[in-house]
Amino acid sequence: MTALTLPAQPGHEASPRPVPWRRMAWITWRQHRLAVAGVVAVLGAVSVYLYITGEQLRHQGFISYGAGPVLSITAVLFQAIPPLIGAFVGAPVLARELETGTFRFTWTQGFGRARWTVATLAPLALAVTIAAAAFGLVFSWSYGPQIIGNPVLSPLAATTFDLHEVTLAGWTLVAFAIGSVAGIAIRRVVPAMFATLVAWSGLAVLTGAFLRRHYQAPLVTSNFTLPDGAWIESQRWAQDGHPVSLSAVDQVLQKIGATVAAPGHLGQLPAAGSQSAAGSQSAPAPGPGSVNPAQYLLHHGITQLTTYQPASRLWPFQWIEGGWLLALSLLLMAAAVWLVLRRAA
Amino acid sequence: MNVIEAAGLGKRYGSTWALRECTLAIPDGHVAALVGPNGAGKTTLLNLAVGLATPTAGTVSVLGGTRPGSPAALDGIAFVAQDAPLHANLSVADTLHLTRNLNRRFDQGYARARLDELGIPLTRKAGKLSGGQQAQLALTLALGRRPRLLVLDEPMASLDPLARHDFMATAMTAMADDGVSVVLSSHVLTELERVADYLVLMSRGSVQVAGEVDDLLASHRVLTGPAAEAGRYAERLAVVHARRGGAQAHLLVRTNGSTDPVPPGWEAHPVSLEELALAYLREPGAASLPGPVRAERTEVSP
Repeated sequence: MTALTLPAQPGHEASPRPVPWRRMAWITWRQHRLAVAGVVAVLGAVSVYLYITGEQLRHQGFISYGAGPVLSITAVLFQAIPPLIGAFVGAPVLARELETGTFRFTWTQGFGRARWTVATLAPLALAVTIAAAAFGLVFSWSYGPQIIGNPVLSPLAATTFDLHEVTLAGWTLVAFAIGSVAGIAIRRVVPAMFATLVAWSGLAVLTGAFLRRHYQAPLVTSNFTLPDGAWIESQRWAQDGHPVSLSAVDQVLQKIGATVAAPGHLGQLPAAGSQSAAGSQSAPAPGPGSVNPAQYLLHHGITQLTTYQPASRLWPFQWIEGGWLLALSLLLMAAAVWLVLRRAA
Repeated sequence: MNVIEAAGLGKRYGSTWALRECTLAIPDGHVAALVGPNGAGKTTLLNLAVGLATPTAGTVSVLGGTRPGSPAALDGIAFVAQDAPLHANLSVADTLHLTRNLNRRFDQGYARARLDELGIPLTRKAGKLSGGQQAQLALTLALGRRPRLLVLDEPMASLDPLARHDFMATAMTAMADDGVSVVLSSHVLTELERVADYLVLMSRGSVQVAGEVDDLLASHRVLTGPAAEAGRYAERLAVVHARRGGAQAHLLVRTNGSTDPVPPGWEAHPVSLEELALAYLREPGAASLPGPVRAERTEVSP
């Protein structure tokens, strides 16, 4: 039926030269340009909003820390950036090939499936990481004045810590890597997306709750007044260097009619040193209301020890977190390549 | 050179063996047909040969000793999987470009001319093509790579008779003009007689019969005679399958050549490929008899 014939057979070699890497660039772009464009568009739009907010803040001439609630709400929204990128960009990369069966086509071409996986994942990972880092820069610029030097909100707190350029890039990269592994392991797009959201959230919560505080040895102070932006890990009571229970402290305080609701409660009271030292020392318990409880406790040898991370550790912590997230992401993507090689049709 | 060679090849998925103790050697320069019922292990064998799966047991090599999935094997083998999976959201032109970028060689001119001849528009999305057009596009992409071996998994399953004819004509042309070896799997027996000159019969995960079609046809015949005598001959002859119709018995037997005497009162007829294949498929145990499988095995080991 066809008059067309194939041209003469070209030479076939025992170990052919590999197909150049750059040939995959067009393919990866062509197949994932919508996802990449979507990420850039959304992050770009939010960046414009952040830029305007930052400009207004600077023209205002003073910084209102009262914007805390607004800051928290928008920050929580921004926390969703990495997992959404992981779910919508990372998870489908391999899952869609497996779900539609096109891997049988793609993986039997001359390029080779391991190289195909690397050539697909690497540029996309780089693209989403750069996009996230750029967004993080805008965030740091825009919200920085409200975060750095804020007396109530620590820059190390989970609210905003992972939104700066280093950590946002790291968390986005790891979300993408989780997505790629979930895609090849689960082989279905939608379940892989859900798995990515769950796995990323679990990792983020565990990091914020347990891991981050151990990046550097914390500082301990017996001052009731903590430096601005300190990230409190724990507070406990001690009497003459020995730990005492809260009830013991309460018993002492009941003599002057005050109570301790919880550790840290006294930290919010006016500094102990601001009271007249002579007055409180000469008259230990003249009556309720006239004595500073903190001063009273000090007089009884009771101190509050606060373990905390100072705000100045923001950037060291940023790089520590970014570093291990990068290492974890590379491991995960290597695992994805390994799973692709192991995947039996 | 053997385009596909397997020794004791086995593949297990979970606790089920999809392929077991498969030993065969398909020489080059043939259109080899893998025939067998669903679940016989045809797709598994092809997946192992193109490197999509790795063996659980035994060995498999392609193109004269190359490891499946190695760069040389990927370079020399073009595979069209069942239902010709293609990226549905890419246009035909993009699909051509994609295939060209994924391979060392791709004859864009040939591919475009062939698609033009088939009336497949380059701007159409692959997912919007008909089943026959998708199969033809996949075949065009495969042939455009100028492979040494073309592997087709159930290429005719989704095609209407006309598309089947066109599809096989293309494959045959490639085979005849360019020496491309073809291995295809199918459970459509009627088409095979015209195209296949090498037959591999599979059932229940192992190879039952393998050999050149001409040899197989020459070494089998149908004996027709009185049903009452059938039992007596069945003991002396290598009967693959016996069929009784009224007083007549039809025995499909393996012979050692045409010199075998025909019993008095019996008639001998040559078999068709379809009859031969059906006879073996109806008797999955027939492979255990001495015959083509054994003979093939001795050929494999030099």
